[in-house]
Amino acid sequence: MGDTLLELAGVTMRFGGVTALDDVELHVDRGEIFGLIGPNGAGKTTVFNVVTGVFQPTHGDVRFNGKSLLGLSRNAITRIGIARTFQNIRLFREMSALENVMVGADAHHRTSVPSAIIRFGRHRNEEADGYERGMQLLEFMGIARRAGEAARNLPYGDQRRLEIARAMATKPQLLLLDEPAAGFNPAEKRGLMDLILRIREEGYTVLLIEHDMSLVMGISDRINVLDFGKLIAGGSPAEVRENPAVIEAYLGAPNAS
Amino acid sequence: MLATSFVHPDWGLLHDQFWALTVGGLTAGSIYALVALGYTMVYGVLRLINFANSEIFMIGTFGALFATKWLGIAPGADAIHTGFYLVLIMGVCLIVAMAFSGTAAVALERVAYRPLRKRGATRLAALISAIGASLAIQEFVAFRRGRNFEAFPRVANRDVLFTFFGAEIRTDQVFVIVGALVMMVLLDQFVNRTRLGRGIRAVAQDSETATLMGVNIDRVVMLTFLLGGIMAGSAGLLFVFFFEVTKYNIGFIIGIKAFTAAVLGGIGNLRGALLGGLVLGLIENYGSALWGTQWKDPIAFLVLVLVLMVRPTGLLGEALGKARA
Amino acid sequence: MNTLADLRGKVSGKIPQYNVRDAGARWWAGLPRWARVVLIAAVIGFFFVLPSLTIPLIDTPTPWASVLFSPIALYVLAALGLNIVVGYAGLLDLGYVAFYAIGAYTIAVLTSAHGSLSFWVALPFAVAAAMFAGLLLGTPTLRLRGDYLAIVTLGFGEIIRITANNIEWLGGPRGITNIPRPSDIGPLHFEGLNAKPYYYVGLTFIMLVILMVRAFERSRVGRAWTAIREDEDAAELMGVPTFKFKLWAFAMGAGIGGLSGALFASYQTVITPNNFTLQFSILFLAAVVLGGAGNIPGVILGAVLVAYLPERFRGLGGQRVFWYGVALVAMMVFRPQGIWPSRRRAAELADPEAGEVLAAVTEADVERIEEELEDVSLPAHELEGHHDG
Repeated sequence: MGDTLLELAGVTMRFGGVTALDDVELHVDRGEIFGLIGPNGAGKTTVFNVVTGVFQPTHGDVRFNGKSLLGLSRNAITRIGIARTFQNIRLFREMSALENVMVGADAHHRTSVPSAIIRFGRHRNEEADGYERGMQLLEFMGIARRAGEAARNLPYGDQRRLEIARAMATKPQLLLLDEPAAGFNPAEKRGLMDLILRIREEGYTVLLIEHDMSLVMGISDRINVLDFGKLIAGGSPAEVRENPAVIEAYLGAPNAS
Repeated sequence: MLATSFVHPDWGLLHDQFWALTVGGLTAGSIYALVALGYTMVYGVLRLINFANSEIFMIGTFGALFATKWLGIAPGADAIHTGFYLVLIMGVCLIVAMAFSGTAAVALERVAYRPLRKRGATRLAALISAIGASLAIQEFVAFRRGRNFEAFPRVANRDVLFTFFGAEIRTDQVFVIVGALVMMVLLDQFVNRTRLGRGIRAVAQDSETATLMGVNIDRVVMLTFLLGGIMAGSAGLLFVFFFEVTKYNIGFIIGIKAFTAAVLGGIGNLRGALLGGLVLGLIENYGSALWGTQWKDPIAFLVLVLVLMVRPTGLLGEALGKARA
Repeated sequence: MNTLADLRGKVSGKIPQYNVRDAGARWWAGLPRWARVVLIAAVIGFFFVLPSLTIPLIDTPTPWASVLFSPIALYVLAALGLNIVVGYAGLLDLGYVAFYAIGAYTIAVLTSAHGSLSFWVALPFAVAAAMFAGLLLGTPTLRLRGDYLAIVTLGFGEIIRITANNIEWLGGPRGITNIPRPSDIGPLHFEGLNAKPYYYVGLTFIMLVILMVRAFERSRVGRAWTAIREDEDAAELMGVPTFKFKLWAFAMGAGIGGLSGALFASYQTVITPNNFTLQFSILFLAAVVLGGAGNIPGVILGAVLVAYLPERFRGLGGQRVFWYGVALVAMMVFRPQGIWPSRRRAAELADPEAGEVLAAVTEADVERIEEELEDVSLPAHELEGHHDG
């Protein structure tokens, strides 16, 4: 494991009368798989929203590679190296699978309207680069045969993989996965665990929200637990599993399907 | 060259006529406020701009007009009544206007919006449907009644009630302002004190939870449109009473101004609609004194554009569903 | 299993057709190259010969060639421009006639009222003026929610018309007259009684615009626009600079509208503010919407319908706006998708676990959150359990 890649320092997120996050301190190290768990309503997706710039925290700071992300636009944060998937899949449904991934690859492209009209030079290079990178990622995800199909026609499992591929196309250092295994059967979950491990081997850092305990415990290097917006535990999977506060937060045996 | 009135505002005129302009602004503004209520309520509940609310208003004006025809009152000296008969006539016209507008509003919701709502269409699709409905209604009325102004008989004397710093304040002006305020208070009471009104606020706040609590969304939406229509109908009566004309497309400019008023006051906020209407009436009257009456309408558009750009939440800024402590 | 590095340079399989969106496009892409060339040549040839043909069923009371130019070709051009804004970027513009007017008035001012440039010299200025107006309008307003943007553009359209009406320098209510016809270009000579040269110029510009739009479609620009239209927030989070591309769409659409208006001015030789009322904005919008599919053929079809039908059925003229209104409502109600795909997302960016939060937020938060939820479906549908595909 390496240095600190992402850091939340005293992050509080308040919406009117409700405190969604309360003085959250956590950090993710480069190269690790970091699991964020907690009961429903704990604020996990809010953490993602704060990190990706959807919400500006009421208090506190979010630092990436030591530099604060506050005040940056969402697409700037993506270009800096943070990409995400969504709890309810948000693919561009009318576009093909490959096009979806190419949109991600476009994050670092500079072609704009004039270049597109002239169609030489930068446009051609970037199109070729996007195409190649897109096909590579689809192949890596095992869905290359779906490249030309409209995203809305893909089976559920392939849609989830496509979303990950699209996020990876933006060349992130940090990948935020929001319940990537939702709706998967056990075999699919095992496949996903393999995939995430391979993603880490490629050099990405992964921050993972997931409800499935065996999945999270199985691949995370470290886990933090949120409850009612507060961090109540952190540590290795073994440590967290034994922690009485965690068990109590979940009110009994956690979902271990 | 550029019209000089643009560059040299006529402060003198504004000063001389200030109170007259103020009363005039409040009168027109009261009408804007009533129509604004329709926009703001529908927006609060459905997040939809009911573009056709302007035509609902226009239909109300024709309702009032028809009522006078049915009562046998034609424009002319013997149309003027007083006392009991005046109240009766105004009452009938008001009820007919509200009936016309309310019915039109409910029908509009059924035909142009509900099917979209059921299908989960986007707000923009609903806006296009609203525009289509607005056009169709306008043209239908034009087809039936022609494209010329029609006169509304003067049924009451326009006496000067009192003077205020040199400005004459007439009975009809007072009637419009007070009438509008009464309607608004009634609506406010309804929304805040009755069970049905609570249903509207619940849906505006959180439609999913409201349904879980047993609120019938379709009924609430229909009620919202009905109430907005009734308000627009009363505005229609006040309009023809004061301006004494109507035509197939008067809805357009009044509608835009009413929408501006709703946004200015805070869209989704009932009291904001009142405030926005009055403020807009004042702004456009003062503006027309400063720069000439030909700029009166653009001023309203300009206010709209500026508000949306600078402070889209408006002066009061709260949404319909906001719990008030 | 392969690592990403292994896969470099070894993209497997046949190159897929990855950017064809519908059945029609698929069929077209499937044709052998020679077939496509022949078809395009035939279509272009047909359109060049069209003004000289007399087709009984289609013919109109007004001379056919002049109808082909005004309003048909002018509407097609304007609709193609508006389609960039509405159909590609998904921005509802209710004041498009403003750009048409700016193009027309710029030509009028530069060639007649306050200058004596030739049409061809003034034309780039007209287009530039319209584009600039698009930038000017778009910069502060494109951050607004969709329906607010629509109303602001409507207001802008009216402001432009009323300003033209109130300012003597622009001719006031009487407008500007004596706008010269374009000077000869190639074999084309422009004069009052013959609309054919205008038609050929219009046709040429239409073809150029189509080429340009197709170039966008197959590039990063088209992808960005489609992503913005489908899900602007997800697009932002995938690194798409949405504001920049929305502004480009606005500016390009404005420029094309200005181009059409410029041609209009030189054909009419007289323009007044009444040529640029709100009704035209709605007609342009109807042209884009009624064609149905949001793609180029659909837009052309819609524009042709909107422009042609009232000419063909002159008797219906008085009622045409009524039927347009009905048609707009019907399109939205009956067409399963319309141009804008149904979106079934609820409050997704807000923490779904804290859904109740939305009800109690302050107005500033509502504003910000609502910006994120720009195209949230109308609430009630969620309760219908409407899920498909």
